[in-house]
Amino acid sequence: MKAEVILEVNSISKTFGGVHAVSDVSFALGKGEVLGIIGPNGSGKTTLVNLITGFVQPDSGKVIFKASDITGMPSYKIANLGLTRTFQVMRPYYSLPAFKNLIIPLNSPRVKKTRSGRLGDIDAVAIDILEEIGFERDARVPYKPAGSLPLGYLKRLELARCLALSPEVIICDEIFSGLSMSEIAGLLPLLEKLQMQGVTLVMIEHRLRELFRLADRVIVMNFGQKIADGIPEDVMEDEEVKKAYLGRERKK
Amino acid sequence: MPKTARRKKRLDRSVKVRTEGLYALTSWSEITYLLLPRLVLIMGLLSLPFFLDMYWQRVLCAAGIYGLLALGFDFLAEFVGLVCLGGAFFIGAGGYISGLLNAYLGLSPLVCIPIATVAGAVISTLVLVPALRLRGIYFAIVSFMFPLFAVYIIVALSAFGGTEGISALDNLPNQWVEVYLILAAVLVSLFLLRRLVDEDMGLILRAIKDNDQAVKASGISITTYKIRAVFIAALIGCFGGAYLTHLYGWLGISLFGMDFSILPIAATVMGGMGTLAGGVLGALLLTPLSEALRGFGQLRVVLYCFILLLFIVYKPEGFLSYFQRKYHQFELWEEV
Repeated sequence: MKAEVILEVNSISKTFGGVHAVSDVSFALGKGEVLGIIGPNGSGKTTLVNLITGFVQPDSGKVIFKASDITGMPSYKIANLGLTRTFQVMRPYYSLPAFKNLIIPLNSPRVKKTRSGRLGDIDAVAIDILEEIGFERDARVPYKPAGSLPLGYLKRLELARCLALSPEVIICDEIFSGLSMSEIAGLLPLLEKLQMQGVTLVMIEHRLRELFRLADRVIVMNFGQKIADGIPEDVMEDEEVKKAYLGRERKK
Repeated sequence: MPKTARRKKRLDRSVKVRTEGLYALTSWSEITYLLLPRLVLIMGLLSLPFFLDMYWQRVLCAAGIYGLLALGFDFLAEFVGLVCLGGAFFIGAGGYISGLLNAYLGLSPLVCIPIATVAGAVISTLVLVPALRLRGIYFAIVSFMFPLFAVYIIVALSAFGGTEGISALDNLPNQWVEVYLILAAVLVSLFLLRRLVDEDMGLILRAIKDNDQAVKASGISITTYKIRAVFIAALIGCFGGAYLTHLYGWLGISLFGMDFSILPIAATVMGGMGTLAGGVLGALLLTPLSEALRGFGQLRVVLYCFILLLFIVYKPEGFLSYFQRKYHQFELWEEV
């Protein structure tokens, strides 16, 4: 099955004062696909996300989203096109109640346009989104200040902030890291549901077992370069991948 | 016989009242409970001019101007994350525009003031736009620079009356218009700002303060919103400046004086950061205090710094937050 390409990255590179954070990485992402990006710490995964979403400007290369060039576009415009991301270090608005965190994306031009200017009760929309993602309305969790929520909820809040934009592509930067097994078990069905709804997902992960349950395809990075690209089973067997990343784990 | 020990017990009032939301409308006693302190303060402020002579009415007017600046400072610092030390620039821009319109075109102050408020705010915002990329202390430093720049430019070019300034500008119709115009401006700005910070726009601004990267990822241009916020603060400040020019019937480089940048900050710290009303109350206390201490000459600055230090050390939350907390608590002695 060859899906329509939604996001294309063409030989993108970025150096930070002599360090090649990302060098000459290319890949294409089909609509509805779930792509995993793995690699050892410092291999340039987060920088790649920052480059794609406009938080860092690339030195060379191109990013094409839905057949239009978005290289060098400010990050908020990219988000408005429907390409959004979560952050590895969560960035909730600590001083606001959880549901008020979603008022910000719900006020973006993208949402205002798609809802044709009439949002109705914007707070109710926010609470609905939170409930859908597992905030118990009865326990009044959506009304608690974001700063007082436990990690699992904060990760969901990160995802909810993306969902509020009704995006086409979500890039999740290590959404499972720091969560307990039960918290991950709660999060997986949500991602599977998104997958079913046809949202394209890019997941940066260290938790391979959980990732491989979802991912159709995996890219492996090391020292800023793409060293493998394929379905999870093939990638795991790749000699270079074993050497760079998985090999060390197996030696234990 | 052993003496029974006692300890003070504090209880918070019901959540219903403290949320200040719709729930408070369920009974008259709760409405009164919430309205009373507000009404006392507002009525107190509005009736104050009747108990003051000419001189102290003038002091009240000056306090109102500092109150406006404190509002703008508190709004930008606590709700947008921009620590703006450029209050003097707002006063200067508003004051000069209004004064010049009056001196050269002969327009009445009641026409000059609104024009100067808007025009001054536009200019102040344009000047601050390049600095909006900076955060925290860096924005503070750059914003502090602009009033100084303006003074040097005016002195160097001998423009707009140079160091002498321009005097004999028209005053406002009468003393009562003077004092109630500024009081109304303070109360209206305070009311609108308090509303604004809970509206969607206010939430976006608070989100920018908490985490601007996440706001960008939510598809919102933070620069646009910061510009709007600065414009609002500048409107308030420039009104103060335009009003001040006609209060004293004079314009000059002291409109860009450091006092206008610093005293509002002190007032806000005294009253309580992030309360908005605190800054206004702080200004209403600090300005008369610094008038009363005029006899001490330069020494009053020392006393005044000392008071500030006491607040920072012993009541960093500010007196308004302190009284608010006490108002929401019952205190009783219980035996243990």
